[in-house]
Amino acid sequence: MPKEAMSTNKYLRIICWYTLSMLVYTNIAARVLEVGAGKTYSGIKPALAASHNEDTIKVYKGIYKEGNIIIDKAVCLEGVGQPVLDGELKYEILSVRSSHVVIRGFTLQQSGRAAMSDPGAIKVYDAAQVLIENNTLLDNYFGIYLQYASNCEVRNNYIKASQVEESQSGNGIHCWKSDSLRIIGNHVSGHRDGIYFEFVTHSVIWRNIAQDNLRYGLHFMFSHENAYITNYFKNNGAGVAVMFTKKVVMINNTFEENWGDAAYGVLFKELSDCYLQGNNFVRNTTGIFFDGCNRLMIEQNNFSRNGWGMRLQANCTDNTIRRNNFRGNTFDVATNGSLVLNHFSENYWDKYEGYDLNKDGLGDVPYHPLSLYSVIVEKNPPAMLLYRSFMITLLDKTEKIIPSLTPDSFVDKTPKMRPYIL
Amino acid sequence: MIRILKYVVIDIVKNKIIIAYTLMLALFSWSAFGLEDNTAKGLLTVLNLVLLTVPLMSVLFATIYVYNSGEFIELLVSQPVKRSAIWRALFSGLSLSMVMAFLTGVGIPLLVYTDVGTALIMLLSGSLLSVIFVAIAFLSAVIARDKAKGIGVSILLWLYFALLFDGLVLFLFFQFADYPIEKIVVLLSALSPVDLCRILILLRLDVSAMMGYTGAVFKNFFGSNGGLVVSFLLLVLWVIMPFYFSLRRFKKKDL
Repeated sequence: MPKEAMSTNKYLRIICWYTLSMLVYTNIAARVLEVGAGKTYSGIKPALAASHNEDTIKVYKGIYKEGNIIIDKAVCLEGVGQPVLDGELKYEILSVRSSHVVIRGFTLQQSGRAAMSDPGAIKVYDAAQVLIENNTLLDNYFGIYLQYASNCEVRNNYIKASQVEESQSGNGIHCWKSDSLRIIGNHVSGHRDGIYFEFVTHSVIWRNIAQDNLRYGLHFMFSHENAYITNYFKNNGAGVAVMFTKKVVMINNTFEENWGDAAYGVLFKELSDCYLQGNNFVRNTTGIFFDGCNRLMIEQNNFSRNGWGMRLQANCTDNTIRRNNFRGNTFDVATNGSLVLNHFSENYWDKYEGYDLNKDGLGDVPYHPLSLYSVIVEKNPPAMLLYRSFMITLLDKTEKIIPSLTPDSFVDKTPKMRPYIL
Repeated sequence: MIRILKYVVIDIVKNKIIIAYTLMLALFSWSAFGLEDNTAKGLLTVLNLVLLTVPLMSVLFATIYVYNSGEFIELLVSQPVKRSAIWRALFSGLSLSMVMAFLTGVGIPLLVYTDVGTALIMLLSGSLLSVIFVAIAFLSAVIARDKAKGIGVSILLWLYFALLFDGLVLFLFFQFADYPIEKIVVLLSALSPVDLCRILILLRLDVSAMMGYTGAVFKNFFGSNGGLVVSFLLLVLWVIMPFYFSLRRFKKKDL
């Protein structure tokens, strides 16, 4: 064997030994501390005090009322048989002040209520790589609260509250000044806002369900470059409202049954450079409300059985709305002015009555989605009472043929003849 | 009275016009649902049928029928029968046949294609509208001795309720746009049976848009159980009032 090869072999062996010894070392260091009736520790607090970084604390079934538990070491807190941590309506239950913490398998209930300190069932302060999963949170003020957190994951938690007053209720998942979060598979109901983001960037919100919350299902502001994928928002007090944000992606979400004058499937205020695709807007008073939005791309979405499919305020510019399905909406589109700086193309409108002579699937007659009546109602809301009366139908038909009052540029020049299969 | 009613109904059925009417309604409603894959669109066609065709047919047929049975009425009056009984029997016979025609023509496709609630409210409104416009026809027939004039009045009344009234309301909306008139508008709508029916049906069809601010005002009134009862009572009043006035007139009329 050549000398050179032998020395490489030797180095390799040293590296192997080193890594192995490291593994053994960590194994020795990380202990498992057991908490519960008849176990080493009777409470979580003493177990935490005795623990070191990288230890696992197993908490067995039972009800624990220990006030505020502060986790300041990188430990894994694991519930066995869903132990209950009770805040007795006085305390914040778990305060995470260290990175690399795992909280798994607990029922957390009745956190304290305070408007100044905003106690949560689980609150993460200034930490990274925290994993919160498979917990049940019942009747808390704030559910999971992350502030100055990064690279954290909140997964498969069931969060439910039953407050009636907005002012006495916190948010289900509340994130503030955080980065690179993953919010996955949570179910939030009965809180003020289901999911609330402020100054949160580069995060993924995937497969969450937010329903029957008092105010918004999802609410974010100044939270750039996030992705919302396959979430479900239903019957929240005011739907979903997102504001002052840029570069957001929303794909395959469903917004359903958000009813009321100020409730929207989605309210977009001051959003720019966003992308929406494959979302469903079903039976909302308003599907999407755009206010001061720029350069949004809205494609392949379904708008069905809404009062208003879209309300596009005249202060929106350069938005592209294409290849969407508009079906069974009372009004497909409404606007509040005559200026139109947005582009509609290749949408399917079920109210379109044109023809397609060259059989390219696109109608030969441009479609004006803005009906005269929707303009009248926008200016004069009580006129809603006349909807579907013969008089109104007559007015609408005339306007369709010779547009005089509705903006001429509000037009889809290539309306699709058949709906898209989305 | 029952005997006269029987004669009237048999006479109307023999007339064949009512059968043609039934067939036409059936044809329109079946094709409305059959041609559109979208039930909502079919419903709109039926809605127009209920709000426009049914009242027109009822008012025209009833007016002409009353004029044509002038001799029959004179014959009955010479018999020992109360005038009010004759008039009532005539009215019930006509209403019954119009309602039957409507229910068989529109009712079956509605029940087949839509949910029960929507179908019921539509059938109820359609039936009431049939009866209301028969009553209006009786009033105009008893007021005008001249047949052409009577039919003219009937058509004008239909035109007013189906078309002009909405125009007037819209005009009022624009005149009083600066005032909170939502509640007054609710009252105003009670002045036209066609509008009342339309709103009742709308509250079922366009639920989402009705959840808007003004919609909510209407929804709170018409959508609640109390409002529903009040609206139907108003519709019944629309049957009773014209008929009562026509009856009073008929009792004293020199035939």
